[in-house]
Amino acid sequence: MEYIAVLSPLVGALVAGLFGKQIGDKGAQFITCGLMVAASIAAVMLLRDVNFGGAPRTVELFTWISSGDLNVKWALRFDQLSAVMGVVITLVSTAVHIYSVGYMHHDPAQARFMSYLSLFTFAMLMLVTADNFVQLFFGWEGVGLASYLLIGFWNQKDSANAAAIKAFVMNRIGDFGLALGIFAVFLTFGTLNFDAVFAQMADKADSYSEFLGYHVHTLSLIGILLFIGAMGKSAQLGLHTWLPDAMEGPTPVSALIHAATMVTAGVFLVARMSPLYEFTPEIREFIAVIGACTAFVAASIALTQFDIKRVIAYSTMSQLGYMFFALGVSAYSAAMFHLFTHAFFKALLFLGAGSVIHAMSDEQDMRKMGGIAKHIKFTYAMMWIGNLALAGVPVFAGYYSKDMILESAFAAHSTVGTFAFWVGIAAAFMTAFYSWRLLFMTFHGKPRASEKVMDHVHESPVIMTVPLAFLAAGAVAAGMVFAPYFVGEMRGEFWGAAIQVFEENDTVAHAHHVPQWVKLAPLVAGVSGILLAFVFYMRALHWPAAVAGCFSRLHAFLFNKWYFDELYTKIGVKPSFSLGRFFWKKGDAATIDRLGPDGVSAVIVKASVKARELQSGYIYHYAFAMLIGVVAVVSLYIYKVFG
Amino acid sequence: MITFPILSLVTFLPLVGVLFLLFIRGNDETVARNARATALLTSIFTFALSLYMYAHFDKTSSEFQFVEQMSWLPGLDINYKMGIDGISVFFVLLSAFLTPICILASWESITSRVKEYMISFLLLETMMIGMFCALDLVLFYVFFEAVLIPMFVIIGVWGGSRRVYASFKFFLYTLLGSVLMLIAILALYRTFNTTDIILLTQVGVPEMMQKWIWLAFLASFAVKVPMWPVHTWLPDAHVEAPTAGSVILAGVLLKMGGYGFLRLSLPILPEASAYFTPMIFTLSVIAVVYTSLVALVQEDMKKLIAYSSVAHMGFVTLGIFTFNQQGLEGAMFQMLSHGVVSAALFLCVGVVYDRLHTREITRYGGLVKNMPRYAAVFMLFTMASVGLPGTSGFVGEFLVLAGMWQASTVFTFIAATGVVLGAAYMLFLYRRVVFGELNKPDVKAMKDINLRELSIFAPLVVLVLWMGIYPSSVIAPMAPSLTRVLDQYHARVTHKTAMTPAIQKTAAPTENTAGEGEAQQ
Repeated sequence: MEYIAVLSPLVGALVAGLFGKQIGDKGAQFITCGLMVAASIAAVMLLRDVNFGGAPRTVELFTWISSGDLNVKWALRFDQLSAVMGVVITLVSTAVHIYSVGYMHHDPAQARFMSYLSLFTFAMLMLVTADNFVQLFFGWEGVGLASYLLIGFWNQKDSANAAAIKAFVMNRIGDFGLALGIFAVFLTFGTLNFDAVFAQMADKADSYSEFLGYHVHTLSLIGILLFIGAMGKSAQLGLHTWLPDAMEGPTPVSALIHAATMVTAGVFLVARMSPLYEFTPEIREFIAVIGACTAFVAASIALTQFDIKRVIAYSTMSQLGYMFFALGVSAYSAAMFHLFTHAFFKALLFLGAGSVIHAMSDEQDMRKMGGIAKHIKFTYAMMWIGNLALAGVPVFAGYYSKDMILESAFAAHSTVGTFAFWVGIAAAFMTAFYSWRLLFMTFHGKPRASEKVMDHVHESPVIMTVPLAFLAAGAVAAGMVFAPYFVGEMRGEFWGAAIQVFEENDTVAHAHHVPQWVKLAPLVAGVSGILLAFVFYMRALHWPAAVAGCFSRLHAFLFNKWYFDELYTKIGVKPSFSLGRFFWKKGDAATIDRLGPDGVSAVIVKASVKARELQSGYIYHYAFAMLIGVVAVVSLYIYKVFG
Repeated sequence: MITFPILSLVTFLPLVGVLFLLFIRGNDETVARNARATALLTSIFTFALSLYMYAHFDKTSSEFQFVEQMSWLPGLDINYKMGIDGISVFFVLLSAFLTPICILASWESITSRVKEYMISFLLLETMMIGMFCALDLVLFYVFFEAVLIPMFVIIGVWGGSRRVYASFKFFLYTLLGSVLMLIAILALYRTFNTTDIILLTQVGVPEMMQKWIWLAFLASFAVKVPMWPVHTWLPDAHVEAPTAGSVILAGVLLKMGGYGFLRLSLPILPEASAYFTPMIFTLSVIAVVYTSLVALVQEDMKKLIAYSSVAHMGFVTLGIFTFNQQGLEGAMFQMLSHGVVSAALFLCVGVVYDRLHTREITRYGGLVKNMPRYAAVFMLFTMASVGLPGTSGFVGEFLVLAGMWQASTVFTFIAATGVVLGAAYMLFLYRRVVFGELNKPDVKAMKDINLRELSIFAPLVVLVLWMGIYPSSVIAPMAPSLTRVLDQYHARVTHKTAMTPAIQKTAAPTENTAGEGEAQQ
């Protein structure tokens, strides 16, 4: 079962990748999709056994790296956390695989695309089923590779290539932190196995160690380093600029990797490390602040963007911020719950957007859409469901998970928790606003596209609409059905030992007893956001421009994404290149070579020229030299004897 | 158990091929054809023999195996002594593995003086393998220096337009190191009356003498590695060398420095090694960051990969001087992995160079369209160079840094930035060569890799993945020998540290300046 769940995507990737020509596009699609369905079934059965049957298990494959005490194996660990992630990954991936058959059918490299998708799924599954830090790192970088390949899938486009490299390198900066964290874990615990590390956690709670010359609390150091890794992967503020650019990839990729699964790996990592983070309250506060700020900043940027995919991308970033501040207040299960529901409705939104783009002949700018609701009714309905879930309207999935996060933050009764709560409410208002802005701009009003495009608007084929319907079912029901297990009464049995929370930090428990207004606040914020969007984009159509003009500075600031990209180019990219050029021209050529080999050979040449002049051939030159020699020897002799 | 002198056989088998090559007569074409075939067969035989040797190698022992000893200069007590342990066995395999690949890679690109070219390569193979097997300092020195000659000839005769400059630069750097090493060997010989490497590890060289000898060895090894700032010969040598020359240069010759540290500096001069560790760390992290940044702005494909080699070898020197299991095994693994990966990357450059005869990055673009197989292979090796887990590149870097963290967090921190920069320059290279629009007519006309090229890459691909997914099969046989080196080191150094700090303090300033001076030459 474990093998089927994890390895069948690998088989699919290899077959489609290596024998794509032989089996053809259809064959590749059939095989990868078929194997994904098998993996999903296995993952669901595992969830049943592990989370509902309370039987976590680990299958060890073979030794990977063994060097002294550093001993890690390839393993498939299915505990409660892994099983939940496994289900999310395989289900969304299956939907995306099937959807891609329709979405990519004009593309000349469909087999390659399916192969990459399966490769990604495999790497992601390896990440979540790791039983040690190094395999986690394997999956972590593996999904990075797949993401790089898929963002740059249309590799003749310069912008796609640039985005792909940016994603990989930004993630590497995060991975840099993660790797250092792993080294610190190894030095502290002498092992890299999760269970062995967690078992020693309490013993090391008070230990200190040296880092860059400072004397620091060991667990906090590890916590912050690992979190830097999570920030890169999950696009948290500071390391987030790659995510919007990643929208250069085909839309199914955005749905799978940059919404539902890969970007949530950071959330998974922190949840997995709950035994560690429970000992580091300061680091959790830091996580909460970063998460809250990310939620706010991303939502504010989304208000002004016009590219339909970028709006959803910023929305994803914002929702990831929610998950992180939940983690920061020890509401790990709430974060995982939001991860779970978010996977469905965000994938739905992306695939829905893909359906829109498909209908609009590859147009992504919302300014050139409008009035297409009646042409693509099904997609329209799907986008409504996705947005209702995202805005946290009751009954829909997001309502349960997002409210639980906000309530947990409030229930933490700490400065940081309260800060996160209010920022979260503000972000919820903006979320509702930009979601309905997207809906209204895309589907309502007068068509702004050319007639040719409008004539061509059509509903997507069945192979694309079925996955949408499946995800929509998740976006409606996942919250309602699973709330009792993820965050309700049954959560103890559901999570088992996979998530550890100290009694006094158990904000999820306290969240059920917050005042009524706290429970209502997100809903009020959401509904008012929707109403405001309605006024702006359905009634008073000149208002958006007027408001933007009124606050032109602020608008420009938001529209340019708080100038993060410009800043990084200035302080990171450009200096690296000019420093490289400086080292090359001034360091290697002008200093080392000039003083080294070139200098030495020049000196030798000069000396030889001089030496040649000595050999003039004139007797009196030689006689004179001899005379000097004799004088010198004689004076030396005299000095020695009489001196 | 093997009863015949297998090491000498592996070492000198290529010379038999050379002998045959000398007798080839006829018109140019037949000579070329026969020379290629003879060289290939010889090198494949050698490789097969080295595999046979590996099969009989006791992977659990830390001792030297297949030891041969013959009196060489009897009056002086200098012997012909060969033997391998878990450290050298892999380098012998690597050399024997890469030579046939080099010969195959030169199949079509070398058209003039084919016979002489093949002779050079087989000579080179003998010298490399001999060097890794030698257990006598004089013998080691002879092989170590003799490697230079065929390499010098290969660059100087079959190289590019600036080949003379490059080969002289190469020679100048290495010669200076060699002279100092020779003096150090003479000093050791005069003091202890032996040049037996195993015996020398047991004599206990006085500490002051250790430092001078260590520096003399450093001069030689640092150039080979190459360490910053004596690395500038490498980009020029690589750029001008023919493809196969670059492959051997990056694949094996650079490893001679690291091997020298492991075989001589650490066991014979443990106190000095400990003393100079901060200097090595400093130079290594400078190498990692500095050359990574330089690689970022290169316009020549080979130069870029050459600079990346310097950065990757920086990890090797870091790992060796951590003096712990992870660091040492990581350094060894990094050397082997770099031997395979950088060789493969130079072959990748060779493939496009053979077709378009330029190494300028901007002349290419969009190759993925007409050379999909090439793009896939190149991608794999790019990822291995970047150190993606699952490829061989990851294991070495990871172990080195894990070991490094125990020695110094500061240096780990700086060195690890090389991992980020490494991703940047390799992907930037790949993007400019393989991705983008395919619009230049001559690039459009380039054909995908043929069967011969595929058969060159296939074993490298397998090896990179094998070493990435199942590295413990490589680490396990080397572990006992490295443990021996470490145990010897710690037995000597920890025993001394209790009483040395005062001496170290007074000696520090002069020694340090001397160290910098040596390194810069």
